[in-house]
Amino acid sequence: MENQYAIEMLNITKRFPGIIANDNITLQLRKGEIHALLGENGAGKSTLMSVLFGLYQPEEGTIKKDGKVVSIKNPNDATALGIGMVHQHFKLVECFTVLDNIILGVEPTKGGFLQKDEARKKVLALSERYGLQIDPDAKIEDITVGMQQRTEILKMLYRDNEILIFDEPTAVLTPQEIDELMQIMRNLAAEGKSILFISHKLAEIMAVADRCSVLRKGKYIGTVDTKDTTVEALSAMMVGRDVNFHVEKADKTPGDVVLKVEGMTVASKVHKNNAVKNVSFEVRAGEIVCIAGIDGNGQTETVYGLTGLEPLVSGKITLCGKDITRAPIRERSLTGMSHIPEDRHKHGLVLDYTLEDNIVLQRYFEPEFTRHGLLQRKNIRAYAERLIEDYDIRSGQGPVTTARSMSGGNQQKAIVAREIDKAPQLLVAVQPTRGLDVGAIENIHKQIVAQRDAGKAVLLVSLEMDEVMDVSDRILVMYEGEIVGELDPKATTAEEMGLYMAGAKRKEM
Amino acid sequence: MDTKKRTPFFRIPAVQTLIASLLCILLGLIVGYIALLLINPTGAWGAITSIVKNFWNYPNLNQQLRYLGNTLVKTAPLLMCSLSVLFAYKVGLFNIGAAGQYVAGAGAALYCALSLHLPWYVCMIAAAVAGALLGCISGLLKAYRNVNEVISCIMLNWIGLYTVNSILSSVKDPTSPYTLGLANTNPGAIMPSLGINKLFTNNRYTTLAIPLAILIAVLVWLVLSKTRLGYELKATGMNKNAAKYAGMREKYNIILTMGIAGALAGLGAAMFYLSGYEQWSVTQSSVPAMGFNGIAAAFLGGLHPIGTIFSSFFIQQITDGGGYVDMTMYSSDISDFISSLIIYLCGFVLFFRQFMNSRLNRRDELKLKGGDR
Repeated sequence: MENQYAIEMLNITKRFPGIIANDNITLQLRKGEIHALLGENGAGKSTLMSVLFGLYQPEEGTIKKDGKVVSIKNPNDATALGIGMVHQHFKLVECFTVLDNIILGVEPTKGGFLQKDEARKKVLALSERYGLQIDPDAKIEDITVGMQQRTEILKMLYRDNEILIFDEPTAVLTPQEIDELMQIMRNLAAEGKSILFISHKLAEIMAVADRCSVLRKGKYIGTVDTKDTTVEALSAMMVGRDVNFHVEKADKTPGDVVLKVEGMTVASKVHKNNAVKNVSFEVRAGEIVCIAGIDGNGQTETVYGLTGLEPLVSGKITLCGKDITRAPIRERSLTGMSHIPEDRHKHGLVLDYTLEDNIVLQRYFEPEFTRHGLLQRKNIRAYAERLIEDYDIRSGQGPVTTARSMSGGNQQKAIVAREIDKAPQLLVAVQPTRGLDVGAIENIHKQIVAQRDAGKAVLLVSLEMDEVMDVSDRILVMYEGEIVGELDPKATTAEEMGLYMAGAKRKEM
Repeated sequence: MDTKKRTPFFRIPAVQTLIASLLCILLGLIVGYIALLLINPTGAWGAITSIVKNFWNYPNLNQQLRYLGNTLVKTAPLLMCSLSVLFAYKVGLFNIGAAGQYVAGAGAALYCALSLHLPWYVCMIAAAVAGALLGCISGLLKAYRNVNEVISCIMLNWIGLYTVNSILSSVKDPTSPYTLGLANTNPGAIMPSLGINKLFTNNRYTTLAIPLAILIAVLVWLVLSKTRLGYELKATGMNKNAAKYAGMREKYNIILTMGIAGALAGLGAAMFYLSGYEQWSVTQSSVPAMGFNGIAAAFLGGLHPIGTIFSSFFIQQITDGGGYVDMTMYSSDISDFISSLIIYLCGFVLFFRQFMNSRLNRRDELKLKGGDR
């Protein structure tokens, strides 16, 4: 009997220091099916795909192609097996034409000269067969995102790939383009291609996929037929019902408005649409407001706009009664804003500076640390030592440790200490526990709740369901750059929140 | 509860830099020697030793001191150029424009001295300002238009050269392509000697410039390591995003850095041309090598201001030493060829340091594995 699976990943386990990214995961892709892979951020989807592409070698488990065990040591092996992928951020040469991009790397040549005519015929035939409309002579920089994506798909087809992986392909598309993409995927499957569709948008999975496998926190939860399930059930599988640990938190009535955002719009760096569209909200003293949502729905840009890392297209921001819409970053900081950034290596730390120099990064100019233009090394050392003690920051050589050599958890503790100790009125914490172990997470949650109890306003941006439900007093859900719902963590469920996050439900705000 | 471990000897950055620099010098000399051997084997050893000996080629002490003085006169501007390169490098910018800023400084200093008859200190300030302005142009382009500073610097080098040539044509000696001598035209523009010439057998070119350049090197070191400005600039250089996040004005910092770097190079030019050692040739069609040698000196000095004092001296030593090669055996260009070969290899300091570190890492890994067993 012919094997029904195009590719099988059986009992894959991949460990990283301190974390099991994939814990005994099995994924079986049937020939000619569209199979969705669903999971939250950090669920292990990327690791699993990297294993399939030979970027990581799993500690345990096997990969089978057409029933035969194969060994994938590097991406070339994967390509040779007919596995192709459309990445979330396209890998195209902007100033080349569509055709040039498609044949890039596999150019047909004769005596060193390109034979583009032949390639053009093949590309046009493929485009006809699968209903992929493209203009082979248009330059990538001139065409729409949808057409760029079709170019990526044609790249896979031109290479005769049989297994097509789409990594969150709808994230950058308009609704019409999404419909087109769905139709293209159905055509491809009908022609016998096997498709793996990575997504956390439940509605799309229900619309296009035949089956769906769910991962959560590195573990395999299960595989279901989409026709036998519901959005709610999938959502429950994705987020899980059990909560790992609970944050102790007393009830507190919020005080005055500390941060007021009115009609904020921020441009996107990735695509031409605005990443944040006309968003308004308030954060009061003594409350933790959490912006929840799936990664890439405008949370990052919201924070950039708030903190001054990016200019606003329009809107108004008021902090402690002061208009800071156009204020420079330093002024925002002095007005009472602290910012635990999303990317601690990009923004949070100067990695080649010592721990003490990083600890004064927001305060080095104050009279305590600079006098007549000279750094007051003694005071800096004393201050750093106090924070190291108070916030339990561990490092090899204390204040003079290079930040780069510290563990991620302790780097984060240093940032949290720095931002909290400058006694802000508003603490903006973006994914403050990303990549940290359970102990460090608990520590940082306690610090954040302590700020709230001390009457500070806290804006938390998080992708972790548990964190959102446990820590916050009020939840704002962002979807495609807009706030689509305001929820009370006590009155809502993870399932309901998942629906808002996936765009399946929205309240008129 | 920090367990303070002592850094192993070969891991100390200063030790690594010193070893790497010495390795570079050795490698440069060996390659230079091989080149000489290939051209003319009989004179090779003599040639390479006279390059290294430079002023020691003279038999008596008085002459040695006098010619040491000459080398020092040229070391001062070289040191300033290397400080210029180093300062920009610490902020993540590659100031290949030190050469052009040096030219601008020379033009401003000589014009102020010869045409406006201003005293030496005013000429020096003018030179610093001219260099700073040229540097700021690159800084502005970098900060606001993201123009690579290397490109703009190279273009400005040439713009600077020809502008200075045409400006200084007005104070040219009528019978030669050189500018008028300072001693006859405006003695007040010559930097005071403060008795330093006594140390070098009354070498009249040895002036205040030499101690001043060393003082500025120390000052640059202090600014970079002890001040708020240095803290901000280095943070910008190491992580532009974090600097922005912390509310530093990263664009302003880039412009300021290029301005300071330009001022340093411009000052270097004033230190040289206001010594009266050499006049400016208004027909020269290549940018003086001083600025480019400054790049090599900065790297050979391990990108440390104090290190550059020594590396600048060494590079000037072999550049001058090239003049003592036996011209009956080698063509007259050989001195430039050998010294530039050595200078070129001086740029390998960072490479050697990396190499050393990776070797150390591998050794430590092996040890670790051995311990596991």
